[in-house]
Amino acid sequence: MSTNVISGNGNKDVKLPIYMDNHATTRTDPRVVEEMLPYFTEKFGNAASRNHEFGWVAEQAVEQARERIAKLIGATSKEIIFTSGATESNNLAIKGVAEMYKEKGNHIITQAIEHKAVLDTCKRLEKYGFRVTYLPVQKDGRIDLDDLKRAMDDKTILVTIMTANNEIGALQPIREIGALCHERGVLFHTDAVQAIGKVPFNVIQDNVDLASLTAHKLYGPKGVGALYVRRKNPRVQLVAQIDGGGHERGMRSGTLNVPGIVGFGKACAIASEGMAEEAVKLAALRDRLKDAIMGQLDEVYINGSVEHRLPGNLNISFAYVEGESLLMGINDIAVSSGSACTSATLEPSYVLKGLGAGDDLAHSSIRFGIGRFNTQAEVDYVAERVVDTVKRLRELSPLYEMAKEGIDLTKVQWAAEPTH
Amino acid sequence: MAYSDKVLDHYNHPRNVGSFDKNSTEVGTGLVGAPECGDVMKLQIKVNPATNIIEDAKFKTFGCGSAIASSSLATEWVKGKTVDEALTIRNTDIVKELSLPPVKIHCSVLAEDAIRAAIGDWKKKNGQHSQPQPQAQPVEQRA
Ligand SMILES: Cc1ncc(COP(=O)(O)O)c(C=O)c1O
Ligand code: FES
Repeated sequence: MSTNVISGNGNKDVKLPIYMDNHATTRTDPRVVEEMLPYFTEKFGNAASRNHEFGWVAEQAVEQARERIAKLIGATSKEIIFTSGATESNNLAIKGVAEMYKEKGNHIITQAIEHKAVLDTCKRLEKYGFRVTYLPVQKDGRIDLDDLKRAMDDKTILVTIMTANNEIGALQPIREIGALCHERGVLFHTDAVQAIGKVPFNVIQDNVDLASLTAHKLYGPKGVGALYVRRKNPRVQLVAQIDGGGHERGMRSGTLNVPGIVGFGKACAIASEGMAEEAVKLAALRDRLKDAIMGQLDEVYINGSVEHRLPGNLNISFAYVEGESLLMGINDIAVSSGSACTSATLEPSYVLKGLGAGDDLAHSSIRFGIGRFNTQAEVDYVAERVVDTVKRLRELSPLYEMAKEGIDLTKVQWAAEPTH
Repeated sequence: MAYSDKVLDHYNHPRNVGSFDKNSTEVGTGLVGAPECGDVMKLQIKVNPATNIIEDAKFKTFGCGSAIASSSLATEWVKGKTVDEALTIRNTDIVKELSLPPVKIHCSVLAEDAIRAAIGDWKKKNGQHSQPQPQAQPVEQRA
């Protein structure tokens, strides 16, 4: 990828391309990389080797990381099980609970806009005879607690609802969900991937029994994650989904990814220190981007709750403009779209559809994910490019023209057989 | 996805963007696709009644870059052709010219549909027979 410096809005220079897709992944913080490096070279031992210094050094590093991760979420280090990432953590939590508690009940509750790692895991369990309720979300992307109450019955063993959504950044009322689960003696799992290190999250205060985490969304390396498994009130048990040498107290066999775990720990330590301050900075940048865009364009709509939202997330639909063509016009900026044209399946985002926004707005959506390494100059540049491109594409849009002529687009009888 | 140079060129410099008066008898309008599907194309032709030659064409497209390029190219190709010659343009020709990958073939299909719809509309206005071509109608104008 070529990099060049050009003048953005104002006179500060920005370096292109700009990465603003921090819900997909984040750049590994240089402090994290630095701490990881020795564990590839001189400290390369296997944390399970009990008979020599190499193993002890690795084990000690893993235990320090475990403590740092636990500290960030208010857990104890024995409650942290290392995995290869949140996809595995979600699988282990949901399948592991289902298998362990299947005598007690066969009903699981989740919601429509979970990550696929949760939804597809639930779908598989349905094949094995479990019953799954997929709660709808409201327009703001949050579930209705009354829906949850109504969905619970005496066969419910698990509720799995994410803390923060990866597309629209909506924060679920997890504390209330957890309280409700504890009242009913139901376990509560949350996919906390997007929330960790971004907003306060505490397994005790938030009544969480199981939480999926991954390092690469908080400036740690890819391919390492964890599952928090509560040890008391209640003590949660799981059936392991990967059999082998009995690592991680039998819950997840496999030689530990020591450098990755060290990096994960360092990323959490940095987050514990600086999260509050960083959240303020990210929210300010996000609002600056939002205000610049909304101040210059009409008919742009924010998807998801404005109030209950991750600080770095902005998901907007630009009416009358198709998302992929917009991405093409801002090709020196890395963001993503919920448009069908950008997806391999040619289906628009199920998350945006889940909000009931209408497919046309899903096609017009862009997700901006602002992170630690974004600057104000970048935000200004992005706003300018987006506004210019939307204006240009609206001049090209038959829908914009029709809307300006006063035609109600929802009343038009479209001729298309849906192509996607 | 990587776009071909030709798609990029049409996207960055779309040809013949705009609109004609859709009530003129010389103008045929095709409006195909649907917003829910993420693509809507409007293609218009202006036909010389003496020669049946398409003297000018305009488009507006809501859709991906390949859809924009397909319709931009379609306007270039229909110009100077008689309406019957224009009806021989196939989406596969557009695919080839723009090097569209398989997932973008439907964008070229839409462009072919738009050409046919525009010509169908012009023929109808001018009392010529043609295969009816489905196209979008504001509800108010129907019935
Ligand atoms: C909400 C959510 N859950 C799970 C995952 C999967 O995490 P991983 O990439 O660590 O498997 C992601 C990231 O793509 C995510 O955003
Ligand atoms: S318009 Fe959707 S892929 Fe081309």
